[in-house]
Amino acid sequence: MSKFGSAIFNRLVIIIPYAWLLFFFLIPFFIVIRISLSETATAMPPYLPVFDLASGVSGFIDNVKQFSFDNYVWLTEDALYAKAYGSSLWIAAISTFLTLLIAYPMAYGMAQAPNTIRPTLMMLVILPFWTSFLIRVYAWIAILKPEGLLNQFLIQIGIIDSPLIILGTHTAIYIGIVYSYLPFMVLPIYSSLEKMDHSLTEAAQDLGCTPIRAFWRVTFPLSLPGVIAGCMLVFIPAVGEFVIPDLLGGSETLMIGKTLWNEFNANRDWPVSAAVATILLLILVVPIMFFQHAQAKADGR
Amino acid sequence: MKSLGSIRRSFAPWADPTSVPFIAVKNVTKKFGDFVAVDDLSLNIYPREFFALLGASGCGKSTLLRMLAGFEQPTSGEIILDGQNLAGIPPYKRPVNMMFQSYALFPHMTVENNIAFGLKQDGMPKADIAERVDQMLKLVKLDKFSKRKPHQLSGGQRQRVALARSLAKRPKVLLLDEPLGALDKKLREETQFELMDLQQELGLTFVIVTHDQEEAMTMADRIAVMAHGKVVQVATPPEIYEAPNSRFVADFIGDVNIFDGTVSAVGEGTVEIATQTGFTVRVASSEPPAKGAKASLAIRPEKIRVSRDQPACAPLNAAQGEIWDIGYLGDMTVFHVKLKDGKVIKASSLNAVRAVEDPLGYDQEVWISFDENAGVVLKD
Repeated sequence: MSKFGSAIFNRLVIIIPYAWLLFFFLIPFFIVIRISLSETATAMPPYLPVFDLASGVSGFIDNVKQFSFDNYVWLTEDALYAKAYGSSLWIAAISTFLTLLIAYPMAYGMAQAPNTIRPTLMMLVILPFWTSFLIRVYAWIAILKPEGLLNQFLIQIGIIDSPLIILGTHTAIYIGIVYSYLPFMVLPIYSSLEKMDHSLTEAAQDLGCTPIRAFWRVTFPLSLPGVIAGCMLVFIPAVGEFVIPDLLGGSETLMIGKTLWNEFNANRDWPVSAAVATILLLILVVPIMFFQHAQAKADGR
Repeated sequence: MKSLGSIRRSFAPWADPTSVPFIAVKNVTKKFGDFVAVDDLSLNIYPREFFALLGASGCGKSTLLRMLAGFEQPTSGEIILDGQNLAGIPPYKRPVNMMFQSYALFPHMTVENNIAFGLKQDGMPKADIAERVDQMLKLVKLDKFSKRKPHQLSGGQRQRVALARSLAKRPKVLLLDEPLGALDKKLREETQFELMDLQQELGLTFVIVTHDQEEAMTMADRIAVMAHGKVVQVATPPEIYEAPNSRFVADFIGDVNIFDGTVSAVGEGTVEIATQTGFTVRVASSEPPAKGAKASLAIRPEKIRVSRDQPACAPLNAAQGEIWDIGYLGDMTVFHVKLKDGKVIKASSLNAVRAVEDPLGYDQEVWISFDENAGVVLKD
């Protein structure tokens, strides 16, 4: 290939991810924002104003003038939304923490395992993905319900007399989220632990650290990028999670994903649900951007 | 420094039967499964000694070092350090520190914090730590780089941080695992002398592992040449070079020509060997082998003379051949001389004068010759 040709090729390769972002994230996101600024209407589509190419530039300006932030004001007026956001963040935070507690030892064990069995362990972590997510969540209903496998087992071995009520509580949601998102936490932590130079922990021990201290002073800090990546991969989707709270959490669980679903499907209020989605995105993106900015600063780059 | 040099010259505790070894390795064996990494090895290392473990990769030298550091436990045998049996003592309780081949600097800490790491583990007061770190930074000439992270340093600077960190706790013994392996040649040579000066200044015992014989020869008081988990010879660099105890050591250290043959006569402090190459050599030997025994002569290239004229000693210690190859290295020239029977030997001569009239050229008929005390007799 000529030098010129390869330069064009290089450009094209860079354009692909940007084009993807543009068409499948930015444009849909602006459509969502635009709907959130509209008002409900009994029409198709169920909101106003609707842009029409035929009305020309003046019609476009008229339409833009109709935009309002009423839906966002509405979100602040009804305490339900604030509660749903708060409880979603809280549930996601607890679930993320629990996932980390389970995933870190798993990843550590995998990284310490002999080279020959690591691919097998990796496979076992990914294996659940081979079954539909929905089916696996349904399976948890069968396990957690009062007459389910878990209760039968516990009664059988005599730990409890009457069944534990787990299904329909927050505990069930935590179990569901931790179970479903575990691989997303294990894999980034494993990859950061696996590439770590083993002589670093030896050096720490050589300089007087017990193995446990060496872990906290050297291994853990160096695995932080993996921990942070894993926490984001779990926390972000968990905040907007709908299926798990809907199936395992029962009717009174308040999570923003369910609220969104209700607004959209039950109330058929597209503008309000678009506003809910926009705020959700801002809640997640803004802190992450601050965090990354702070990290870039700390790295001095 | 001058006085230290003279102390150094007379430094030979291993020759004094009353001196007590600082590190005593006694019949240590280390097995990994079926593989014997270290095989019934015994060694004594004396206080303030600069001791080198030299050998090809896989000879067990690193395993021995790791046993001294406590990262591996001997399968059998024991290691005594300063009167204390090290069996079962974990690395973090041993009064030794190690400088790792990869340096193993903590990437998330500054130079300063890397050096302070071990001191903090000991719970040293903050002010004392700062003072010690300062002192170490000055020692390795990195005082301007204290706030940098390892990835912002050059290879040579990282090496010095690793050194400072391993010396900060004032260990009784410093273990160095191929400490200069990652440096380029010039820097490596400079650093060798820096390390020697440092060791004398601090009065510590250094145990270094290396596969680079020049490095071991330059720095060490004594060298242990290792092969297949055993020590083949322990001696000072001149002894190792001039009086190797085996074909392996002669071959491993520097260049050597070996003439195999049979002892044809035994004289007073000398022995005559009829070599397979067809000429007879007479060499000095304090413990000559018996007449008729197989023996070899090992002789270094720089001890062989190459001349056009027949030397006076001929036919003893002399043979005819032709120049096969010439390697000009600047400071010296290496000749490959093909003897009558086809054996090619190496001879080198120092280029002490700038221009030689009529130098030796390719395919010239020449004589090689050497003195009676130039070579060493190896019994097979």
